[in-house]
Amino acid sequence: MTNTEAIETLRTDVLVIGGGPAGTWAAIKAAQAGVDVVLADKGYTGASGATASVGTGIWYVEDVPELREAAMASREALGGHLAERDWMARVLDETHARMRELGEVQRYPFPVDTNGQPIRDDLQGPEYMRRQRTRVQRLGVRILDHTPALELLVDDDGVVSGAVALDRASGRTVRIEAGAVVLAAGGCAFQSKTLGCDVDTGDGALMAVEAGAVLSGMEFSSAYAIAPMGTSLTKTAYYSWASFYRADQTVLEGAANYGGRSVIAKTLLSEPVFARLDRATKAERVAMRRGQPNFFLVFDRLGIDPFTDFFEITLLAEGTVRGTGGVRIADSSCGTDVPGLYAAGDTATRELICGGFTGGGSHNAAWAASSGSWAGQGAARFAIGRGRPGAELRPVGGAGLRPTGTVDVGHRDVVAEVQRQVLPYELNYLRHGDRLTPALKSLHDTWSEVRAGLGAAGEDVFRAREAAAMVAHGRWMYHAALARTESRGMHKRADFPAQDPEQRRRLLTGGLDDLWSRPESAATVLVGGHAA
Amino acid sequence: MIEIVASERCIACDRCIDVCPTRVFDRGPDGVPVIARHSNCQTCFQCEAYCPTDALFVAPLATPAPANSEFRDAAGLATAGVLGSYRRELGWGRGRALGARTAVGPDYPG
Repeated sequence: MTNTEAIETLRTDVLVIGGGPAGTWAAIKAAQAGVDVVLADKGYTGASGATASVGTGIWYVEDVPELREAAMASREALGGHLAERDWMARVLDETHARMRELGEVQRYPFPVDTNGQPIRDDLQGPEYMRRQRTRVQRLGVRILDHTPALELLVDDDGVVSGAVALDRASGRTVRIEAGAVVLAAGGCAFQSKTLGCDVDTGDGALMAVEAGAVLSGMEFSSAYAIAPMGTSLTKTAYYSWASFYRADQTVLEGAANYGGRSVIAKTLLSEPVFARLDRATKAERVAMRRGQPNFFLVFDRLGIDPFTDFFEITLLAEGTVRGTGGVRIADSSCGTDVPGLYAAGDTATRELICGGFTGGGSHNAAWAASSGSWAGQGAARFAIGRGRPGAELRPVGGAGLRPTGTVDVGHRDVVAEVQRQVLPYELNYLRHGDRLTPALKSLHDTWSEVRAGLGAAGEDVFRAREAAAMVAHGRWMYHAALARTESRGMHKRADFPAQDPEQRRRLLTGGLDDLWSRPESAATVLVGGHAA
Repeated sequence: MIEIVASERCIACDRCIDVCPTRVFDRGPDGVPVIARHSNCQTCFQCEAYCPTDALFVAPLATPAPANSEFRDAAGLATAGVLGSYRRELGWGRGRALGARTAVGPDYPG
């Protein structure tokens, strides 16, 4: 970045990057701890990201021991036994407290049951996020909208000390110096048009790794969502009532929303697939319309009755948005392996509570509220203990910002190339070493081109950075996918179809130019003093 | 994708310019927003949800609607009661009951 004249400098205690559920909870909890907070979002806090545009279940369980036990046990096998009971229990506790707070302080209008008790296991995205924004504002947090972070700042000791961001409207660069940083910038869905996720380009993971953080579970990145053909409607819960069909209206055997989605993917390689929600009763149909009005918004506008009409479907990649991999969490306050840097929401690994599989938004939503709150509190404590950083700060961003050669690569071409390697079902969903290896090689080549020749000016600076982040993300995913030579959680290898008991451990991945993956050692994750 | 800004309904409040996560709109010379970066649109429906006068319409397609599409016929959509239908479902707007209060879906099949 060469335009140093246009720099405006802000100073704060805690900088939160990303204004979705994790980022807003982080800002709320940091502000409540008494520190000064700046919240920067690439789009608009309240409307940006995977949650604001959808309705989401949330892993909220009443405080009844049997119910909690059942909730924890139900997903352990699906996730390949990589989650931890300690983390599950504290996320259930935290989610319980935060949803109560959401109802009582933000005054979120939870529905009530016949006994007048609030039903807190489901959230309407737009309503949730607009109330989060208002709460953040009332706590005095400075919100920067349309201000994507470009790179982190570190001090001489490598402590993360803020970020450089871009004010998209003015094209000015904003330097935000902070005592600690929370990365809550979402996962990466590779701009596949999954609902609300074009802004989720993996920026958080790239910024974290550049500062020295490591990633975990990047092989768990093969999530695909069902959508009506040509739409962005990746709300999949109601396909639990669907039957799936071929073009001649015969039933597609083995296809299902859960446990049969790969059959849909395989079929889509050679022929169209249709769905119809014909397993819902009349009463269920009425309840579905009430439960998720924006699901029906799209069908109504298309003139399709999803209960009686056959409609063509596709599968859209959700990468690490609905996958579970992300920045490794190193302590109970969601600190990373780098001092001063905290990670929350989809930027962080969610393996701690759901291992290698998440069927829907509910675990991710609970994780966002919980990890965001812990990261905000942890960052506030760190900033109070440390004080404001000194003047000598170094930006650590590379790819897309500081090309080593002549600028001769365009960000659109880079994104198109990444998409060619990460979106196809036969590469990322139906995984096989013979296909992953050349795809990874191609992504490495793209990375080399990006390093040498991707740069941009004005508003396009952040577009170049997004493109670089997506290349990096794809490489980490496939590197980890090749390193896990088995099938576990959502990661299914056609060349290693069985689960290997020897590989029942989390896999760490990192590096920028030279990548590495290695098993996490048994004693590296601590929760309340218990080794994992 | 966003297809319609109905200028006769617009009160130039700039809400859509602010809330759009991908900065699709710019303020036009008369204050009415213009779709300046159509290809940025991610079909997330947020602008429509926040528009206080139901002046915006997001088509259900993730690609641009053809010129002769019903999704670009503001008068037809207004007559059909489609303009503002998302906001109506959310219960956003004066005198409406919030949709979230009654958003209880069915129990999922075992």
